[in-house]
Amino acid sequence: MNPARVLAVVTPYTVTPGLMDALQVTVLVLVAAGATAVVLTRVSARQVIALSVYGLLLAVLFLTFQAPDVTLSELTVGAVALPILLLLTLAKVRRREK
Amino acid sequence: MTARQRLWAFLTGMAGLAAFYLWGLAGLPGFGAYPGPYGDIINRIALAQTNATGVVSAVNFDYRGFDTVGEEFILFAAATGVATVLRHLRGERERAARDEALGVNAPPTSEAVRMTALILAGPVLVLGWFLASHAQTSPSGGFQGGVVLATAFILVYLAGQFLALRRISPVDITDAVEAVGAGGFAAVGIAAVGMGLAYLTNFLPLGTIPGAVSSSGTIALISFFVGLEVGAAFILIVSELLEQTLLLREESR
Repeated sequence: MNPARVLAVVTPYTVTPGLMDALQVTVLVLVAAGATAVVLTRVSARQVIALSVYGLLLAVLFLTFQAPDVTLSELTVGAVALPILLLLTLAKVRRREK
Repeated sequence: MTARQRLWAFLTGMAGLAAFYLWGLAGLPGFGAYPGPYGDIINRIALAQTNATGVVSAVNFDYRGFDTVGEEFILFAAATGVATVLRHLRGERERAARDEALGVNAPPTSEAVRMTALILAGPVLVLGWFLASHAQTSPSGGFQGGVVLATAFILVYLAGQFLALRRISPVDITDAVEAVGAGGFAAVGIAAVGMGLAYLTNFLPLGTIPGAVSSSGTIALISFFVGLEVGAAFILIVSELLEQTLLLREESR
């Protein structure tokens, strides 16, 4: 949308665009760091925890890009549901290896 | 192929990839630019047409409700698949698992974990219910609410009460709830067809106050059904995976 057409909505929570940009860049860097951490973690159980933290970071990323609905989905699926399923699967696979 | 040749093959491939990638990046619209008309149109008309202040939910459960039916049945099929595969394995290995369990010394759950899980279970249940029933007024919806609802049940397991988990979510009832959730969504759509409207037309009264819980007609109803389906499906998948772990824990005590 053409920025000139958008009427600025000012709320008590409104921050300056510069601050918002800084926040977005910070979170983007954190997400990149989190993804790297997931790849570099070699112990699978720890990797699942790292993946959960990465899911949390992604959720914050979506929030800073004004997508609260995707934030909620990512929180539930990326930070909770997926790690639980992976941990349970790991427990199952390990038992069979013994 | 020598190491040197491999390196050159890799570098050639990387150069090609980088060239196409940069070319593609150069063609992207500017950061934050939105060229399509649909989002703007929906933003302007959604509130008047559906009485839902959660416009994302209005899009999910009304404007593109047919897409969402498909998505919901993906999860339904996934849960059915997991149940089928794991049931087969369980039957095959049940005796072996029992024998193994006698030799396994599972560490007991720490008191801190039990306490935290017990304290969180109630509020999480309420939060899940809130998310699933407030799609029309907030960026939540049945998908998120359903997973949060299921998390409350998993917290009960974490608190060490696996027998309680079994008692509050017996497989028969969870199966039935999942079927009601999945079928309910489809049935709302078919009900519209029965009234001579298009599939999934929003045929219920929209309410008078935009954003009230009672507003938005079928949007709230469908979100509720999706919440049931997702919650039950997730509980089913997790308890299928837990089944053997529960057996082991129980016998090693």
